[in-house]
Amino acid sequence: MSSLLRAAPEILQAFGETFYMLLVTVPLAVLFGTALGTVLFLARPGSLLRAPRLYLALNATVNLLRSFPFLILMIALIPVTRLLVGTALGTTAATVPMVINAIPYFARLAEQALLDVDRGVIEAGQAMGMSRKQLVWHILYVEARSGLANCVTIVTVSFFGYSTVAGLVGGGGLGDFAIRWGYYRYETLVLFVTVGIMVACVQAFQFTGNTVVRRLDKRI
Amino acid sequence: MVGIELRGVTKTFDTPTGPLHAVNDVWLCVEEGSIHGIIGLSGAGKSTLLRLINLIERPDSGEVVVDGRELTGLSEEEVRHARRGIGMIFQHFNLLANRTALDNVALPLAIAGVAKREQRQIAIDRLETVGLPHKRDAYPAKLSGGEKQRVAIARALATQPRILLCDEPTSSVDPQTKGTILGYLREINRRFGITIVLVTHEMSVVRAVCDVVTVLDRGRSVEQFAPNDHLHRPRSAIASFLARSEIVLEPLGDDASVAVAGGE
Ligand SMILES: Nc1ncnc2c1ncn2[C@@H]1O[C@H](COP(=O)(O)OP(=O)(O)OP(=O)(O)O)[C@@H](O)[C@H]1O
Ligand SMILES: [Mg+2]
Repeated sequence: MSSLLRAAPEILQAFGETFYMLLVTVPLAVLFGTALGTVLFLARPGSLLRAPRLYLALNATVNLLRSFPFLILMIALIPVTRLLVGTALGTTAATVPMVINAIPYFARLAEQALLDVDRGVIEAGQAMGMSRKQLVWHILYVEARSGLANCVTIVTVSFFGYSTVAGLVGGGGLGDFAIRWGYYRYETLVLFVTVGIMVACVQAFQFTGNTVVRRLDKRI
Repeated sequence: MVGIELRGVTKTFDTPTGPLHAVNDVWLCVEEGSIHGIIGLSGAGKSTLLRLINLIERPDSGEVVVDGRELTGLSEEEVRHARRGIGMIFQHFNLLANRTALDNVALPLAIAGVAKREQRQIAIDRLETVGLPHKRDAYPAKLSGGEKQRVAIARALATQPRILLCDEPTSSVDPQTKGTILGYLREINRRFGITIVLVTHEMSVVRAVCDVVTVLDRGRSVEQFAPNDHLHRPRSAIASFLARSEIVLEPLGDDASVAVAGGE
């Protein structure tokens, strides 16, 4: 028990770092990922924008970035990270590979959410005289909004997990904490409690996400 | 006066099995203020032909003239603008599921740049036209099929179009609702003088409301006649087939199916 008390401040700090990483990664992923996913959707053959080369290029880039295991991407990106934040170590540095991994990930999820929008509703928008931009804002994002909200939940939960890997490059956070206390010091109780809190976090993310999705979805 | 004129329009799709002539050199005049039916079997090219009128589908060749303007000669922007004068309704209604009835009806007005307050007023007025003022805050999922189609009609009428394109508007509603929808279409036609093009595969629908009907067979216009001219005898095989069609259950075979076949 006393070990828990000693660990408490560090647990709190580790959570703080993990949430900091999530707060940087998720909004950037949603912003740029939605944009990228929308362009992928529009440029797809047979869709609303005739741009086969753009589609091929973006598709290949997304696949490339998505094919790196996260740990490898993080190491491979060290020079880029140095360039962007001045150092390859620390919490902020760890968010660089997270963001770069999360954007194409979210783009794929968003693309799928947009593909789920009924073609007939898009046709109705065209018949009203909507421009492509209007189709995106007045039809696609409106009809895909619950799907997109679900995508946000998925990336949040995924990157909550990925953030632990950041501990390996001195990013701190829960992964780093778990290694130091659970692995080097054999403080099993501390480790269990930490895992318990993480499970509770994921449940909370999922519950919140599902509630929002249900609110947004008027299809039933 | 001619409301819509198709001059030799052709639309060919590339398919894995080769080019498919969905619409093949169709010449068609739709009289202003009339209800013009387009009938044909599934895959005949009816929907494609309808989409050629508002240029959602661009013809490979031929001209589309609406209200004296050649749409095929306009820029993309001008075509979008011209579409505000052409309403469209669909078999599956195609309402936005995440917008209320009122917001669905107001949407084309927002696109046309109408002020917010006025959008609301017009939308309420249109919902009254189709007898659904009390459903303004309902989401489409909470409406019956017939109500959804009426909201779709209200939406199509929002910008006061001169033309209404209907793609099988009664194919997914029960017979009674079918009567209601067709009644509204005729009412709209008579009261506002809106030209209606009505795609269907049912001769009974054509007989109920159409002044003229064009028969489409594998992308070609094969016959045109007034459905209520009792002296008229269908010349094309498809027309006589559709005129006497009844449902025949095929015996269970390798692929059990229900086919529509003509009598005799
Ligand atoms: N975008 C497309 N790409 C390829 N083929 C298409 C496309 N749109 C339509 N077709 C084909 O063109 C033909 C005519 O299609 P269309 O939808 O116009 O028929 P329809 O008469 O409306 O049939 P239904 O009564 O089933 O609605 C069909 O064989 C269809 O498969
Ligand atoms: Mg059709």
